Amino acid sequence: MKITYREALRLGLREALARDERVFLMGEDVGRYGGTYAVSKGLLAEFGPERVRDAPLSELAFVGAGIGAALGGMRPIVEVMTVNFSLLPLDQIVNTAAILRHMSGGQFAVPLVIRMATGAGRQLAAQHSHSFEGWYAHIPGIKIAAPATIDDAHGMLGAALADGNPVLVFEYPALFETTGELSAEAIDIAHAKVRRQGTRVTLVAYGNCVPKALQAADRLAEEGINAEVVDLRVLRPLDMDTVLASVRKTRRAVVVDDGWRSGGLSAEIMARVMEQAFYDLDAPVARVCREEVPIPYARHLEEAALPQADKIVAAVKGLFQ
Amino acid sequence: MSTPIPPPPSGPVPYPPEKSIALLTDMLRIRRLEEKCAELYGAGKIRGFLHLYIGEEAVATGAMRALLPVDSVVATYREHGHALLKGVAMTRIMAEMFGKKEGCSRGRGGSMHLFDAATRFYGGNAIVGGGLPLAVGFGLAAKMRGEERVTACFFGDGAVAEGAFHESMNLAALWRLPVAFFCENNFYAMGTAIARYEAQTDLCAKAASYGMEAFPVDGMDVVAVHEGAKRAREHAMASGPVFVEFRTYRFRAHSMFDPDLYRDKSEIEQWKTRGPIHTFSARLKAQGDLTEERFLEIDAEVAGEVDAAVAFAEAGSWEPVEDLAKDVYAP
Repeated sequence: MKITYREALRLGLREALARDERVFLMGEDVGRYGGTYAVSKGLLAEFGPERVRDAPLSELAFVGAGIGAALGGMRPIVEVMTVNFSLLPLDQIVNTAAILRHMSGGQFAVPLVIRMATGAGRQLAAQHSHSFEGWYAHIPGIKIAAPATIDDAHGMLGAALADGNPVLVFEYPALFETTGELSAEAIDIAHAKVRRQGTRVTLVAYGNCVPKALQAADRLAEEGINAEVVDLRVLRPLDMDTVLASVRKTRRAVVVDDGWRSGGLSAEIMARVMEQAFYDLDAPVARVCREEVPIPYARHLEEAALPQADKIVAAVKGLFQ
Repeated sequence: MSTPIPPPPSGPVPYPPEKSIALLTDMLRIRRLEEKCAELYGAGKIRGFLHLYIGEEAVATGAMRALLPVDSVVATYREHGHALLKGVAMTRIMAEMFGKKEGCSRGRGGSMHLFDAATRFYGGNAIVGGGLPLAVGFGLAAKMRGEERVTACFFGDGAVAEGAFHESMNLAALWRLPVAFFCENNFYAMGTAIARYEAQTDLCAKAASYGMEAFPVDGMDVVAVHEGAKRAREHAMASGPVFVEFRTYRFRAHSMFDPDLYRDKSEIEQWKTRGPIHTFSARLKAQGDLTEERFLEIDAEVAGEVDAAVAFAEAGSWEPVEDLAKDVYAP
């Protein structure tokens, strides 16, 4: 069955709501409006306003309420419309959801899923184009899922709900119209995946940079460089085994990160490769990141600020000079 | 402080003597526990931040005794008394303050982060206003699951200035959730007097603006607190959220690090004439429900409980460092 990324997300939500009556969806415009990105369209009619619950523009309170409801025996899916607005409930995410279990001596689990759209590329300017997955991946106690494929868009929500920990699922509007076959493959939130086999360089990417990395790999292949593409899928905990296995094979790596360079996730991955596979490398690890600017509105400037296939190609070629 | 200080609580106590004695005993348990904590802080046994509730005991006592074991409680970093009266053993509270593994949070939380799943005591939150959204969520879960329980959320007057307060009031009222918001107004947000940080110092007016039942109570009078909290619990169960402003006062500094330079000693002395324990004892004595002898007996029993808690904490063990990363995630 060929479906879009958006439909895959919706199918995942519908299945989660149908499977377990403790599950409910809560957020701004998730019900009557049908979801800002039409992801939850139709779910209100199917599951009713108690379980597809429109919330006021009170991200701090309804994310905190999601934590309380999870502790109180429910399995909430809280939608924060976009990552940009997730800075408002950051306190509840960091100071409660992430630390409650450890700080209480292991007494409480917080089985909460927080979904949010992330990333740039749609000319929405600086306040609507952030990519904070890497920030969130800094925090122990939460897990970070970044679905880049149809199967992951469909299956990661169920895996997140089954996990029993607070999980942030980042969805990519830039990918919402992409289509693909839905497979019967079991989806976890524990492992990275090789999306394209290659021999000479490893491209490490996640989320909306995965298609860019694949595009770059196609172009590199035309020039005789066979690139392997690793989709991290889960940004915390990081599956370094898969990354390192690939790097040890190809002996070169380029990390592609939609976040800013300084103190970012790319730096963490490069550091771990250096710590664990330094002597397997034939060249220093390189990276392609978001330029260190707020994302501008004008299309040409926005494109220049983001990781693109040609920048990845250039970075790879740099490793062979 | 702009609000005039009312006369000390007085008048007959409308309870059978056993109930009055139980309330008095609970206030004394909090008071003596915390006096010991202050002493042990000086001795270096307790470290970190330590916020004492001394002066405010009538609020936790009257309110907690109006709740049922099925009810959930969310509190602040000034929560020793609330934990104790929700049913967390004094031994485990003291062990927690010592940082011992026998503590109610395995020594990982300390004074500000007491937790106990068994008694539905959910902290112990050191972010001002941080507990309010959580309480809304407990209320939502109870309502969706059809459970007959109320969530009592304690917070200080300082929290009312936070966005979390306003968002939570709105959400709880909008969804008519069974939550009792218990504001412990001690008239200071750390060192800033309420008139210096609130444009509207009538806190009930703020809650009422969300269409919520809201009323003030003399927080130095354990009888008034108990009756107010009972009324609040019934209201929350029957028709949704309620806000109670307990007007109280802390006799000690904000924390052990606070030199207390922002208020007049005369103000503290005046509030001490309203002290919840001695005024309540005097009323009980006046109606023949308590003698000085009985008071001293109770005090000695409480001292015994405190000594046992200290001995328990002293005898406790340290969590092995190998367990440092345990319980960051659920397995």
